[in-house]
Amino acid sequence: MELLRFATAGSVDDGKSTLIGRLLYDSKAIFEDQLASVERASVQMGAEYTNLALLTDGLRAEREQGITIDVAYRYFATPKRKFIIADTPGHIQYTRNMVTGASLADLALVLVDARNGILEQSRRHAFLASLLRIPHMVVCVNKMDLVDYDEARFDEIKAEFRDFATKLEIPDLSFIPLSALHGDNVVERSHNMAWYEGSSLLHHLEEVHIASDRNLIDARFPVQYVLRPFSNEWHDYRGYAGTVVGGVLKPGDEVVALPSGFTSTIKTIDTPRGAVAEAYAPMSVSVTLNDDIDISRGDMICRPHNRPTTGQDIDAMVCWMTEQSSLVPRTKLALKHTTRTARCLVKDLQYRLDVNTLHRDERADALALNEIGRVSLRTTVPLFYDEYRRNRLTGSFILIDEGTNNTVGAGMVLGPSQ
Amino acid sequence: MNTYQLSHLEALEAESMHIIREVAAEFERPVMLFSGGKDSVVMLRLAEKAFWPCPLPFPVMHVDTGHNFAEVIEFRDRRVAELGARLVVASVQDAIDSGLVREETGPRASRNRLQTTALLAAIEDHGFDAAFGGARRDEEKARAKERVYSFRDEFGQWDPKNQRPELWSLFNGRHRKGEHIRVFPISNWTELDIWQYVAEEGIDLPSIYFAHDREVFERDGMLLAVSQFVTVMDHEEVITKRVRYRTVGDASCTGAVESGASSVDDVIAEVASTRITERGATRADDRTSEAAMEDRKREGYF
Ligand SMILES: Nc1nc2c(ncn2[C@@H]2O[C@H](COP(=O)(O)OP(=O)(O)O)[C@@H](O)[C@H]2O)c(=O)[nH]1
Repeated sequence: MELLRFATAGSVDDGKSTLIGRLLYDSKAIFEDQLASVERASVQMGAEYTNLALLTDGLRAEREQGITIDVAYRYFATPKRKFIIADTPGHIQYTRNMVTGASLADLALVLVDARNGILEQSRRHAFLASLLRIPHMVVCVNKMDLVDYDEARFDEIKAEFRDFATKLEIPDLSFIPLSALHGDNVVERSHNMAWYEGSSLLHHLEEVHIASDRNLIDARFPVQYVLRPFSNEWHDYRGYAGTVVGGVLKPGDEVVALPSGFTSTIKTIDTPRGAVAEAYAPMSVSVTLNDDIDISRGDMICRPHNRPTTGQDIDAMVCWMTEQSSLVPRTKLALKHTTRTARCLVKDLQYRLDVNTLHRDERADALALNEIGRVSLRTTVPLFYDEYRRNRLTGSFILIDEGTNNTVGAGMVLGPSQ
Repeated sequence: MNTYQLSHLEALEAESMHIIREVAAEFERPVMLFSGGKDSVVMLRLAEKAFWPCPLPFPVMHVDTGHNFAEVIEFRDRRVAELGARLVVASVQDAIDSGLVREETGPRASRNRLQTTALLAAIEDHGFDAAFGGARRDEEKARAKERVYSFRDEFGQWDPKNQRPELWSLFNGRHRKGEHIRVFPISNWTELDIWQYVAEEGIDLPSIYFAHDREVFERDGMLLAVSQFVTVMDHEEVITKRVRYRTVGDASCTGAVESGASSVDDVIAEVASTRITERGATRADDRTSEAAMEDRKREGYF
């Protein structure tokens, strides 16, 4: 059974909570006591029917105000796959939450209300999903029951969305007409929309091909921790522990360690289930080498003829995530990238991107909360990175305010500064 | 042919090991909470794997309410000895004896809340800057929103509305002196994942997780075990039933479920078909109110 992570996006009232509630309920991930508590809460709030959306409202403030505050994670499984949903609220702090929820997602579900069609917010959701390079996107055209399950309306929305999506990079885009409230096309194909020939949402989630989304070409192994047992039994063992974030590693492979540039060959690859002949993302392994070379946390093991870019001057798209300050040139921040920690200086804000229109404002002089822009950074030590579009893990970093210790920015590497 | 695709358990295992290694690499004094409950048993197993063939680079800590199931304490000590790990016991009894906390009284008295004080005091005394907990996000709706690295201020409090964004596999563990981070490496595991992993790995668990005969009585719709820690009230009838535990907590407020599941496979079949959450079925402490867990978590509960 494989794991699929997906993020949900939708404006308030598009039916996102209802849809998730239904997926969980129909896949039996909702338990009777949870349902009973939701029924009690529905009655208390004066609702006429059990509000499945309440299943996903976690904190007290949220239930009182009828809103969702933060990214919440939900789980369900079918015999084919285990699913992790990053459920992001549609209103306040939307960008920050969606970026957080989408960072590791394999797939994005974008909800659209069939009556309203593509709104500015739908465009924003699609843009953010493509910025974060979520490989698969499903546009759920919801509330089809309120437009008489009309095929023409569905086609119209689909055409409009496709038109806009040509400006974005979305490798795999699908559309499903559904009614979250009545369950049409959620788990089973709907009889109300015989004209629709595609699969139900759940079927799509179970079948979408994710195996080739990972980068199996560029071997990248950031060293996390050095294992030295200092015991008689394991006297000479020196294992470099970490998570493979790209490519395939095999015993016998010639490798180079950065920044030292020393080369060696892989002796063994140990995993939690014993020694293996191949390691690939996202395996957690311990690699031993045939030569004693000096390697420590923060170093990168890769192949001599396929190295990441090494550098201190980097251009990246940065999403700013705090209201306590804004990002302006000359800001100094801490930066975490793979297993490296550095400090950096914001040298330049090249433009701020309007997430609704994709317009680039080159006169912008700051990024405030939820704003995204192209930034040039100078780091105190070299980073070993790839473009984010080539590898989401060697191409991403977070920015930390050294005064408050808060995470204030998320960065996606474009390449070396010009 | 190798499809280069991990199973869901392999993927969860890899993610948890990554988190555990990050903490060991970046914090000065981490500690792993270990109660002998299935989640902490699995977490400890993942830590063992993360550092193999080295010993664990941090101690384990049990927050001991003094109201224990004997089988669980025996298991705890055996497991700690096997690993050659160092065990720290944060004792609620000691906190009561030293006057740090006052014990609740009455037949429904529970030491559950007092655990928070004992835990926070131990974290402070030992200067721990990171504490691994075995909480899962599927357990409870307040937990669904908690980060893997959960920041705690100098009072150990959790502020759910002000959490650090958490992106990719990059964790921000920065904190000032006196503050600490709770780390939840098995956040993304469900109850069923835990049991499937127990089966796959042949992990040993305390015997109370499997069906056995026990003297119990019904209170608030739950089956509580008769023990020296609870007072059976007059109208409560004691009967012997075939039961097992789905969670292991304080003996005075953890309920058993009627079950004939005597092997891991039986339990998996039971969990896969059950229609009640594990906390709903077995924790009196969570029934107090809709937001009971949220309130305790804000105060610093694990
Ligand atoms: N008629 C109809 N109403 C729906 C459908 N999906 C959701 N709704 C209703 O739309 C409202 C908003 O839904 P909710 O799930 O809370 O939206 P959210 O804000 O996106 O989470 C609720 O009153 C739902 O009952 C649908 O497919 N058809």
